[in-house]
Amino acid sequence: MTAVIDKPDSLLYDGADWDYDKIKRVYDAIEDIALKDMGLNVYPNQIEVITAEQMLDAYSSIGMPLMYKHWSFGKHFARDEMLYRKGYRGLAYEIVINSSPCISYIMEENTMTMQTLVIAHAAFGHNHFFKNNQLFQQWTDAEGILDYLEFAKSYIAQCEDRYGHHAVERVLDAAHALMNQGVHKYPKKRSLDLRLEQKRERERQEYQEQTFNDLWRTVPKVAIGGNRPSKSVSERKKLLGLPEENLLYFLEKKAPRLEHWQREILRIVRHMAQYFYPQKQTKLMNEGCATYTHYTILNEMHRRGMISEGAMLEFLHSHTSVVFQPEFDDQRFSGINPYALGFAMMQDIQRIAENPTDEDRYWFPDLAGRGDGMGALRDAWANFRDESFVLQYLSPHLMRKFKMFSVRDDAEDPYLLVENIHNERGYRGIRKLLARQYDLGFLEPDIQIVDVDLAGDRKLILHHRVTNGVLLDESDAKAVLRHIANLWGYEVQLVEVSALSDAILKEHAVTAPSGIGG
Amino acid sequence: MNIIDRRLNPQGKSLANRQRFLRRAKEQVVKAVRDASGKRGIQDIENGEKVTISTGGVREPSFHRSGAGGVRDYVVPGNKEYVEGDTIARPESGGGRGGNEGSPDGEGDDDFRFVLSREEFLDIFLEDLELPDLVKQKVKQTESHSLTRAGYSVTGSPANLNLVRTMRNSLSRRIALKRPKPAEMLELEELLRQAEDRGEDPEKLREMRDQLERHYLRSKRIPFIDPIDVRYNRFETVPKPIAQAVMFCLMDVSGSMTEHMKDLAKRFFMLLYLFLKRRYRSVDIVFIRHTHEAKEVDEDTFFYSTETGGTVVSTALEEMQRIVKERYPENEWNIYAAQASDGDNMSSDNARSAGLLRDGILPLCQYFAYIEVAAEHNMGLSALGRETELWRTYKTVQGPDLPIAMRRVRSRREIFPVFRDLFAREKAGA
Repeated sequence: MTAVIDKPDSLLYDGADWDYDKIKRVYDAIEDIALKDMGLNVYPNQIEVITAEQMLDAYSSIGMPLMYKHWSFGKHFARDEMLYRKGYRGLAYEIVINSSPCISYIMEENTMTMQTLVIAHAAFGHNHFFKNNQLFQQWTDAEGILDYLEFAKSYIAQCEDRYGHHAVERVLDAAHALMNQGVHKYPKKRSLDLRLEQKRERERQEYQEQTFNDLWRTVPKVAIGGNRPSKSVSERKKLLGLPEENLLYFLEKKAPRLEHWQREILRIVRHMAQYFYPQKQTKLMNEGCATYTHYTILNEMHRRGMISEGAMLEFLHSHTSVVFQPEFDDQRFSGINPYALGFAMMQDIQRIAENPTDEDRYWFPDLAGRGDGMGALRDAWANFRDESFVLQYLSPHLMRKFKMFSVRDDAEDPYLLVENIHNERGYRGIRKLLARQYDLGFLEPDIQIVDVDLAGDRKLILHHRVTNGVLLDESDAKAVLRHIANLWGYEVQLVEVSALSDAILKEHAVTAPSGIGG
Repeated sequence: MNIIDRRLNPQGKSLANRQRFLRRAKEQVVKAVRDASGKRGIQDIENGEKVTISTGGVREPSFHRSGAGGVRDYVVPGNKEYVEGDTIARPESGGGRGGNEGSPDGEGDDDFRFVLSREEFLDIFLEDLELPDLVKQKVKQTESHSLTRAGYSVTGSPANLNLVRTMRNSLSRRIALKRPKPAEMLELEELLRQAEDRGEDPEKLREMRDQLERHYLRSKRIPFIDPIDVRYNRFETVPKPIAQAVMFCLMDVSGSMTEHMKDLAKRFFMLLYLFLKRRYRSVDIVFIRHTHEAKEVDEDTFFYSTETGGTVVSTALEEMQRIVKERYPENEWNIYAAQASDGDNMSSDNARSAGLLRDGILPLCQYFAYIEVAAEHNMGLSALGRETELWRTYKTVQGPDLPIAMRRVRSRREIFPVFRDLFAREKAGA
């Protein structure tokens, strides 16, 4: 405290206004702390100053700086804009993009303290997580994403020019509806290189143009399938690569009536979905990591006398409102706040590593008392996703702090049942259930393509394996099936099958579309 | 680290997406706009509008679990009193419980609300309204012409002489043909005089005189300005569409016109104004009210002051004719007229009104719309087809080639359809 008063010159800035010099100074100070003290490892940073309207723009295009055009983005913009204009909802302080260089948007309206917070949070916290977490390393290509988006945008614009807005929209609508079912959940041999993607598409097109020969059109076609012997079911499934849970991938590769450009659009949407897949699985950790980073950095800056008391109070004010967790019976409650739980878990890990209690030693024999809290955190950030992170690190201490309890809601019972509370008997149960709450594989319905009736009417058959007896939302499922039918070109059937007994619970079917756009 | 200021980047990056969205939601947006305009005062229409559309056509479906049925587990914070095995009464329809289930975009089946800008609203509001074909032909005729500069020419009137061009040509010609400069000749004369004074060698003197003589001849043969040097500014006449319109609002304000009728009339005038406003750069409005005599008044008086007297329609037509002659020459203005009346007229005036309309007003107008407003309740009478005095009179004027249209309006709801009807695209006259 006295150090601050003795050395007012060490302040990096004073007052609320920001300018480029101040940002530069603050950035250098943060970088020093982040790299030397915390040992973070980040992509080069690019900080972009934007206006509120541009922030809304960025919102609507799922945070990406460039995006192909689609009405759904316009819809989101219209809604966000209205909510913002009417004051129902504020804007995020920042948006950060998993790319190299890592792009962080900061808003011009922010005060200098907020900019400091945002730089620490996004440009170092999120950035470190993007670069080091194994999911991101495995599934995303930070160097290539911006180039790929550029390619996707112009490719889709070209398609619109060539085949008309309507035809492109039809494919994109269908692809968007299947986005959640458009990711590979298990790694393959080859890592994704988005730059190669562009080249591949260009070369394919060139090859087609070079080898085009109109004569082929005149060759009489052999009736397909007519005189071929029908194969056994298992052979057929093997040939088609079934069952397949990546619906977009299957349709892109196997749908019989799609044009090349339609397949390419499916591929683009699939890549987008894959790119965002790690983010969906690491929301809790990602925010926890960034919040912990900014909290540590700003406190350190304050300790070194780089920011004033006033700035520190402003920071604490917004920090505490970010990590606020309303209780379940509070009006403001809307699930567990990932910032709150994430930040608390990070702090908890550090506490266990450096200052363990006996309980911690019992629960975390490897971690407790290891000493190097920051190192333990870096390990956690690199190697886990939300589900496994909670399963591994949620401590009884935190469960008590959050007063967590688990409730079972069985539609057949007239009441809800409290199963576990934060006591010795309940810790493991709560931890397991909470972890499952973050498991995408559990949250999203398990839908797979199981068969195609090749000999008959080419009906595509999907199965939804129902867990816990929760069926699909019917009207939405119907609408998505219609989209699938548009892509597949023939009848589509979805069967909801109980995962326990293989009993058929419900069937949905959509007939073949009258005409598929080409 | 790089800091990039993106604030000056082109705005409205999402405009293309918004247009796609509006196109997608077109049917619903159009319906919402129609509904909104039916409910609201016409003045409000000029402002942007918050519209609510059903999520139907703009839903983004995805496979997700339904909100009901089955067994679910939740972990929530904030336990105060529960122990294992406690039962909790099921909250009313979810009541804020349940973290992760539900539709992913949190919208459910709610309606989707957003704000249309003023332009978008008007675009949709006035969509597929168009000047009738007949009027379009007229628009062509009523172009005026203006002169614009278009280079230079070698012929023209002296008033358009371009001095700079002319002198530049003359100078270059003089230089090219080596016309002796006046200063050179003066110098030579001076030298000669000095030589004469000094009594130089006569041979040399003669040489100098010869040279001077040649200079004189040369400068006489090569004129300072030659006709081939002369250039004139050239002008071309360019047709210029008339970008201004005047709208005459004629209304019967005699006692028989009720407030309801006036309100209907007002709405119609407003619509017409909006419509013209979008086609022309400037639109003037002239309000003429009449009883047995007509007067030009301001808007407030027009709509809100009451007047007593008989009804002589021709006075209003005469007044309009006079004002056109005085202030709005027909070659400079697009003239539109809308008349609202309950259909009363003095029988003695009918012939005169018809004549005035046919010979005096219609030739001036791009379009003349007559709407007959009626009280809401006497639907029966009109349904029987009993025609009013004025209706019958104007009917005699109606012809396939004349820019006149007539409609009857009874309730506020009908205003807009009638207006659309009158100005519907691809529809000549009434």
